[in-house]
Amino acid sequence: MMNSGYSYWNSTIRAFMKNKVSLFFMALMAVFIVFIIIQPYLPNQKSPNVIYVDDTTGLQLINMPPGREFWFGTNSIGQDMWARIWSGTRTSLFIGIIVALWENAIGLIIGVIWGYVRRLENIITSIYNVINNLPRVIILILLAYTMKPGVLTMIFTMCITGWLDTARIVRNIVVIIRDREYNIASRILGTPAYRIIYRNILPYLVSVLVLKATLSIPAAIGYEVFLTYIGLGLPLSIPSLGNLINEGRGYITVPSLRYQLMIPAMVLSIITVSFYAIGNAFADASDPRNHF
Amino acid sequence: MIRYISSRLIQSVITLFAVLTIVFMLMRLMPVEGYLGESYDKLDEIQREKIIENLGLKDPIHVQLKKFYKRVASGDLGVSIAYRPGVPVAEILKSKIPYSLGFGIASLSISIISGITLGIFMADSEGKILKRVGNIYIILINSIPAAIYYILIQFYITDIFKLPMLFYIDRPISWILPVLSLSLGTTATYALWMKRYMVDELNKDYVKLAMAKGLKRREVMKKHVFLNAFVPMIQYLPSSILFTISGSIYIESLYSIPGMGGLLVEAVQRQDNPLVEAIVLIYSSIGIIGMLAGDVLMAILDPRIKLGKREGRI
Repeated sequence: MMNSGYSYWNSTIRAFMKNKVSLFFMALMAVFIVFIIIQPYLPNQKSPNVIYVDDTTGLQLINMPPGREFWFGTNSIGQDMWARIWSGTRTSLFIGIIVALWENAIGLIIGVIWGYVRRLENIITSIYNVINNLPRVIILILLAYTMKPGVLTMIFTMCITGWLDTARIVRNIVVIIRDREYNIASRILGTPAYRIIYRNILPYLVSVLVLKATLSIPAAIGYEVFLTYIGLGLPLSIPSLGNLINEGRGYITVPSLRYQLMIPAMVLSIITVSFYAIGNAFADASDPRNHF
Repeated sequence: MIRYISSRLIQSVITLFAVLTIVFMLMRLMPVEGYLGESYDKLDEIQREKIIENLGLKDPIHVQLKKFYKRVASGDLGVSIAYRPGVPVAEILKSKIPYSLGFGIASLSISIISGITLGIFMADSEGKILKRVGNIYIILINSIPAAIYYILIQFYITDIFKLPMLFYIDRPISWILPVLSLSLGTTATYALWMKRYMVDELNKDYVKLAMAKGLKRREVMKKHVFLNAFVPMIQYLPSSILFTISGSIYIESLYSIPGMGGLLVEAVQRQDNPLVEAIVLIYSSIGIIGMLAGDVLMAILDPRIKLGKREGRI
């Protein structure tokens, strides 16, 4: 074969690099993630669950505005908001990333089987139809309601519904590619199915999966906030952005306490907007039509 | 056509059965003590056993399931145990459904009209500023969780425009904000897709031909481009119904609208199992009916759809 000097991934990366805005968000998220990982080990950090008490009066330091001692202030029972927000961001991002990985992994596997194994086509289609006909939030509420609240429940409930889109897209691509002549030839020559899937079909799916995964993260973080609002979120001892926003919501009418809602809301919005922008820029960059 | 519609109908009925069964199973996986409600502490062990037995919760699971099907089919949704103990769920819901329906339909209509209008203007190359504003709007609405902008809208917009912060039945002005916030998300979806379909159509050869023929741009847009771009938009109707349901749960509870969504939040918080079960079933049925209606409408309006395909929407 002639070497045209065209490489799909090089071109994708080059096209992505051209988009300065998304590059900025990418760098921002990289710094952000490094920061929230090392934050507890930095000097002068407080614990997210300790209630701070004034040494002289013995009273709890409640609702302290952001200042030198408490960088983001304290909440209504005297916990340090700076520590709680970063700890909450870790929880929420952890949920987001795990959900993104799992639901796309499940979606990929089911989608490939759905498209490739004709015997299972009907049954998977009917399962898909049942779940797809229901409002996702209703399924989330029902599952979270019947299980114990916790990080695992949250991840599980989101994965149950989240694989649908990925599976459908993967299936459509698989159906298109599986009967191309080179695959039929390969099958006749005795290549096992897993090898055809791995070598001939998976490369077509990579860009879709990366896109879906980057968009799953903000969605999962949003669902966490929603479930917490309903009362099906994480216990207060595990700070999460949903918890913090829900706590802060009560103080929105008091101007001096509004920071308790605004800071977590801002952090969350920066994360979701960044991932959304990165995902969309990647989708554009991975389209070969944009490579020239 | 009839074959497609009837097979789609059968699929919906199967889905409904599956949902009934799944909801039932999940609810029975929870500890049965939940069915005693707030009277739990007042009873002793023997009384509790008796009540649970009387409720039929000790029967084998398939007997319970059969009873459950029969009960739901006859319109009996059970009795509330915590929200208003002893009151039939159907009676509680009767006064709530009109509000949810009213808000849902109002916000859907607004978002369809405004979303499609926005999409049309964004596709037109003349409105550069509108295009930019529309793009920023779509990105922000799609990426920031609804939970956050609903709260901010509720607080800041009421402050600026002196609108009421909660819903009052006798003040029509208090409808404005909940309906508008609820339609923001679907508006963005409609605008995004309408713009894409319009741009796709504009790049086609027949548009160039029509222009070359000397037709006015407005004329081409109105008679050809718009209609062709509009038909595929119908496929977003079902998903926007589902999206509106999701949003309404949040909005209704935020503005204390006496609808089903707000009730669901309260029922969850007070662990009123029969009430949660009933509301989940109703919302699921609305979802199923909405999806069915959307598919059938699509099949009627767009003859290009291949009928009789088993996969339905795929």
